[in-house]
Parts: sequence; C-alpha cells; structure tokens
Amino acid sequence: MIRFEPRAQPSLLLRIAIPMVAALAALLLSLIILALTGAPTGRAIGLLFAGAAGSVFALTETLTRATPLILTGLAAAIAFRSRLWNIGAEGQLYAGALAAVAIGSGAIEGPPWLMMPLVCLAGALAGGLLMLGPALLKAKLSVDEVVTTLLLNFVVLLFVQMMLEGPLKDPMGMGWPQSAPILDEAALPKLVAQMRLHAGLVIALVAALLVASLQRATVLGFEMRAVGGNASAAGFAGIPVAATLVKTGFISGALAGLAGAGEVVGLKGYLTSDLSPGFGYAGIVVAMLAALEPLAVVPAAIFIAGIFVGADTMSRSLGVSNYFADLVVALSLLCVLVGSLFLRYRLRRVGPA
Amino acid sequence: MSAPPPVAASVLALRGITKRFGALTANSAVDLTLHKGEIVALLGENGAGKTTLMNILFGHYLADEGEVLVASSEGELRPLPQGSPQAALDAGIGMVHQHFTLAENLTGFENVLLGLEPLFGLARGRRAMRRSVEALIARTGLSARLDVRVAELGVGERQRIEILKALSRRTRILVLDEPTAVLTPQEAEGLFMALRTLAAEGLSIVFISHKLDEVLALSQRLVVLRAGRKVADRPTAGADRALIARLMVGEEVEVERPAPVHPGPVALDLAHVSAGSGRTRLIEATLALQQGEIVGIAGVSGNGQSSLAGLVAGLLRPESGAITVLGRQGAASPAERRRDGVGRLAEDRHRDGMVGDMTVEENLVIERRGEMPFSRLGLLRSKAIRAAAQEAIASYDIRCPGPDAPLRLLSGGNIQKLLLARALAGGPRLILANQPTRGLDVGATVGVHRRLREAAEAGAAVLLISEDLDELFALSHRIAVIHAGRLTPVVDAAKLSAAEIGLAMAGEASSGFGAAA
Repeated sequence: MIRFEPRAQPSLLLRIAIPMVAALAALLLSLIILALTGAPTGRAIGLLFAGAAGSVFALTETLTRATPLILTGLAAAIAFRSRLWNIGAEGQLYAGALAAVAIGSGAIEGPPWLMMPLVCLAGALAGGLLMLGPALLKAKLSVDEVVTTLLLNFVVLLFVQMMLEGPLKDPMGMGWPQSAPILDEAALPKLVAQMRLHAGLVIALVAALLVASLQRATVLGFEMRAVGGNASAAGFAGIPVAATLVKTGFISGALAGLAGAGEVVGLKGYLTSDLSPGFGYAGIVVAMLAALEPLAVVPAAIFIAGIFVGADTMSRSLGVSNYFADLVVALSLLCVLVGSLFLRYRLRRVGPA
Repeated sequence: MSAPPPVAASVLALRGITKRFGALTANSAVDLTLHKGEIVALLGENGAGKTTLMNILFGHYLADEGEVLVASSEGELRPLPQGSPQAALDAGIGMVHQHFTLAENLTGFENVLLGLEPLFGLARGRRAMRRSVEALIARTGLSARLDVRVAELGVGERQRIEILKALSRRTRILVLDEPTAVLTPQEAEGLFMALRTLAAEGLSIVFISHKLDEVLALSQRLVVLRAGRKVADRPTAGADRALIARLMVGEEVEVERPAPVHPGPVALDLAHVSAGSGRTRLIEATLALQQGEIVGIAGVSGNGQSSLAGLVAGLLRPESGAITVLGRQGAASPAERRRDGVGRLAEDRHRDGMVGDMTVEENLVIERRGEMPFSRLGLLRSKAIRAAAQEAIASYDIRCPGPDAPLRLLSGGNIQKLLLARALAGGPRLILANQPTRGLDVGATVGVHRRLREAAEAGAAVLLISEDLDELFALSHRIAVIHAGRLTPVVDAAKLSAAEIGLAMAGEASSGFGAAA
C-alpha cells in the first residue's frame, strides 16, 4: 500500500523538477486526446515542437508571444502572493494599450528616447490606476476583488470599443474600428532583423528581475509577503495592511498595463479591440505554473507561448483544431496543481495491513 | 486519586515508535501500553514528542520504525494499519484536539452526527442516536445544549460537545490534548468527574496536560517524554509536582515568587474606558499600571480581555473614557504603540503572532523591518537581519533548523520564545503579555516567566492577561479580575486567595475585590 505523508520543506531541486514533470505529463495526456482525433501523433508532436522552436522564426514568434505573458504572469504572481486576487489583468492590459495609443499616436511629439519610455509609463500608469479602485474597495470595505476585477474587464473592453468607434478612431482607417498608428518615435525597436520580436521582451525580463528583487530585498516586498502569509499577524506587527494591498494592486495593474502598451508600441503599431487573445487570463495560468515565483514566470510564459505558437503551426498542417493549445494549457495547470501536492507530501510505501 | 486497577487487559500498545523529521528525532523507540479503564497522563516539554506520538497513533503521521497494536473485540492485540485516521477511528480511538474541530454553523447534535451518517442515507438513525447521546450526557455529566449552534456556545460547552462526538463512535481509547487549557477551575473539575466515570466504565484515557496538579489528581500512571525518549513510566501514586517537573525538564525547577516591586511612573492609565463589541466588549474599565510592576488580569477567555489587549496593542480605538499609554493619549496604531515602547505578545499566536510561511528571521524582525539596522532606504539588509536572528536564537534558546527555516516548522514553545524575543527587543517600557504561556510546558513556561520578571525588574510595566491562577500568583504584584467585560479594582496579590479569584472569574461578587465586582 502507498500513502501520502507531509514533507517538512521541499528541496530546490524538487521545486524546479515538479513543474517540469507536470508540463511533460500534460503534453503526454494531450497526445492521447490528439490520437483519439485520428491525427498522426508522432508527426503532430514534431510539428508542435518545430512550430514553437524549430527555426529562428519559430523561436522569435514564441518569444514575441511570451512577452505579454511574462508581464501579465508577473501581475498575477505579485498580487496573488499578497492574496489579492486580481483577475483583471485583461482589462488592465487594454487600459495600458489605450493610454499608450492616446499618448503615442500623435498627441505628443518628441524624440524616441523620450517617447518610448513615455508611452510605456503611460500604459503602466493606466493599468495601475485601473486596479486602484478594486484594491481600495477591498482594503477599505472588504469588497471581493475577484468580482470587481473580473467585471471591470468587460467594462474596459467596451470602453476601448467605444473609443475606437469615436475619439480614437483612425480617420485614415477606411472605417475600421482601429486607432491611428503609433508614431515611429514611440515604437519599440525590433530585436532581430526581419522578425517581429521587439524590445518589449527586454522590458518584460527586466520587470521579472525587478519584481523578484522587490519581493526579496525590499521592505515593501517583505510587507507584501507578510500580508499574504497572514494579514492578521502582519497587522498586529504594525504593517499597514490596507496600504500594502493598495500598493500591491497598483504594481500588479501597472505590470498588466505595461503588457498592453508593449503589444501596441512593440508589435501591432495601433490598437484594435482584439489586441489580446486572453493574455490577461493566460497570465493567471503562467503565475500558477510558476508557483508565484517571479523568476519562474519567465520560463512558464515561454512554455505557454510555445504551446500556442506550436499548436498554430500544427493545426495548419494537420487540420487539427488549434483549440489543442487550450487543451494543453488547461492540462498543464491541472498537472501543476497535482504536482504541488507532491511538493507538500511524499509518497511512502507501507507494508500490507 | 484512585488506586491503579487490578491487572487489566491491554487495549493499546505502541512498540518502539521512532519518528524522524530530517535531522530531528521527534520520537525515539517509545513504548507505551494502555490498559482497559486506565487514565494515563502523557507529559513532556514542548517538542518532547507528545503530539507526534499521538499523531502517529491517530494515523496523521507514519512512524519510521515501530508498530501500533490495538486490542480486537476478542481482546487480542492486533497491528493497526498505519497512517490511516479511518483505521484508527474504526479501531475505537478517539481524539479531542486542543484546537477544536467543530463546525460552528451546525448545532452540537449535528456536530456529534457529523461523519457518522452515511452520505446518501436518510436520517433514520437520528432518533436512536439522539437517545444514546442524551443517555451519555446523563451518565457522565458532560452537559451541553445539543440544539444550539456551536458558534453560540462557550469554550467549555464546545469541548464537551467534542468529547461527546468522540465517544459516540464506539470509542475505547480517548486521547485528550490539553483539555483544561481553556477551562475555568470549576469546569475542569466537572470534566475530571466525567472522565473518572468513563474510566470506571472501561474507557481507556490518555491525558496530555501541562498542569501538574491535574495530572496528580486524575491519572493513575505517568508517562514522561523528554527529547523524544520515554524517561519515566510509573504509577502516579507517590509522585509529586517537584518530581514530575524534574522528570520533564531534567533539572530542578525553581519555585516562583514575584520579586519585590519598585514602582516607577505610570505606564498605562485607563479611566472609564469602553471599547469593542459583542461578548468581548470592555465596559467602563479603570486601571493604572506603573513601570516596574506586574499586574495580572484574571478571567476566563472571552470576557473582554481581547478588547483590553486590543486597546494596548493599538488594534482597537476606545469608544469612551480616557486612555494614556506611555504618555500618548487616545488611540494609536500598532506601529505607533511599538515605537512608543510597548512590547506585545498576541493571545492567539497562530492567528496574530506568526507568519508561518515566512522564515524565523523574518518573523523576528517583522516589527522593526523599516528601521536601522534592518533596512535602509527601503532595502532590507540581510546581514543585519541574520545577525540579530542568530543572537535571538542563541539567547532565547529557540530550537529551529536555522534562521532561514519557515516558522511553521517550529514547535509551539519555540514559536512563543521567538515571539517573546520579538516583543522584548529594544527594551520595552510596557509589556502586554496576553496568555503568554497558553499551551506551553513547564520548562518553556518557566523561561517565559523568568523573562517577564526580569523585564519588570529592569523597569518595564507588565500587563499579564491570564486564566492560569498559578501563573497569576507566580508573577503578579497586583491582580484584577475581568468578567463579562467589567474589570474589578486592582488588589494586592498577597491579600488574595485562589478561591476568591475563581469566584470572581465565574462572576460571583467577592469580598476580596470590593463592591465593584
């Protein structure tokens, strides 16, 4: 007979190995379902990997897709660590994109060294301000932030659509609901010639480093972890719990807003209401895969991005629906949750009763 | 004290139980036999391995070595499948935990039923069950209102529900983990009567306690654990407090007496202060506390102590009346109180004291995180934090895997040592000690008492909130009693008897406290 037994403290090796095994298990499970559709599994998996990382093009596409996921993943990770359940990264992303377009498509003109930071900061500020409302309501009145942040996503998307049909509509856009293009001075440079990969990736990687050091090395990060660990004890020890939650909310929203700004000024060049295929929600999966560790968010985001990009290639070649990517991502989350059980417990063989 | 029963059959045998957690050996080759109808007291310091041993018995942990044998219905000892609480329940082992495991939104009776009823069955057996629970109450005197929601019951009644629940599943072996920690002396006496009745009917009882008087009064046999090993297994008859204490800590425990007092300036002054709400409301409290003295507030938990503590700790604002704490008038935040020189120990250390997933060192500096030398310009200085933690670990003898271990891995006594080190850091002038030794063993209690006494001698005022009369008498120069939110006048401890305090705690007016009680 085999039984579960609690572990005192999981080793670093285990903490790294378990998510990787979980991701692998998710892939294998997905292949079973793929086989059921009648697709050749061997070829399918080959195409998936080739599509995600088989060439410079594939690799840059995966990293391009990972860029916003790193930022929304960080947004979820930092908020969840303080037990602030920000489900509104999608809305904050659009708010950030809207602000970037409002500033970067002609309202202000300046040299690139001014315009690039300005549009990014505008995006971050918009995302952060949007999250202030739910965070203040939670901190002061105990209003459930899951509800407020989730519902704000729809409000923001409708607001973006309204703006794209109205004040922000591109007069040269042949009637399409899209914004005027970002000025060249505000656009982020590309990282690889001929490819779509842009400097937003660098911003995302720096953000991951900053968030990691914020949590580990600063008084604010200490307070954020204490509030998440035990808000009651944190308050007793003199930590301003409400203020800490509000600061956490602002940073979380700002990271998601930055993701939106990056997509507009790095990749698309203008804003439409289908800018994000759910990057905000996928960020939650990324954060969970990363066990809320900011540095682990980077590989988790690249993994999820690779699945999406690879599944696109595969579905085009084999005619399998690219919902396959959603399947792998969902299974990954489930496998990681099961895997986290093994972080807290070990299996032990016991003799027959 | 009852005489040991004549040779009775064994109902339980633990043989050679060894349990290791990494480098720490929690139990080392422990043997324990329990006979039918016997009350055995299990004693030991915090971290001595009592809880681990009981968790192995109950299937929460797997032993690394050794086996658990339970008598079958024919009376023959059979191995119990390890690591299965269900198997332990089926074998007739019941446990009443220190922290109750009742569903507060259900009635007492529903709690007793919980887990007994089939998931998809009709409530057929309810009436029969009801009759048998009522018969049990009549027989044992474990009276409890069965149709009232548990949330509305007091601590003593909740515990009786917990015991009734354990007894309702053909329990032959009952483990009680510190059952009297939360009871008044009168309630504890009622519990002992019930346990004696049950033992006479053939129930075997393992009784974990830190209160030596109770152990002597109730048990027939003593089993003492020290550092994971069994160091004594003897009849209770012939043992006394000093002997048990020596067995537990391995050294002579000093007799405790409050040191003479040299009172200084007033540190805490309450004048007709009301605060809080509901059952824990504090009403028109008046109290003055001088530096250098220890004032004890006696009372059963839930009579307004948490509001009093909240005012001093900075968690609660006064509604009316005047409060002055170390010169600051009116309300203040927890951070302001600490900076003014108030050292604070939370009543519920798990809820308000510790962040279990953060490390030992982080918990040690959490109150001073924003101050030199622990941070500068918002950046933490890990070397200073580590150094301060190592110093505190050494001087308070905090036993832990290291300063970077998560705090939740430590035992209760060591957590309290850490919280004490934190509260006393920087030499506070007023110390709020709210139930400072609840759940601690003799050795850890002595250590906490020594620190509080030394702090008072060094000039700190100590507000000691406790329901342990031994502790109140050992430490306090003056004592007041709190009941139903009202505080009696403060009386010189030397002029009070335990009986007077006990009566005042139960709400009876007592001459010792004057008319205000």
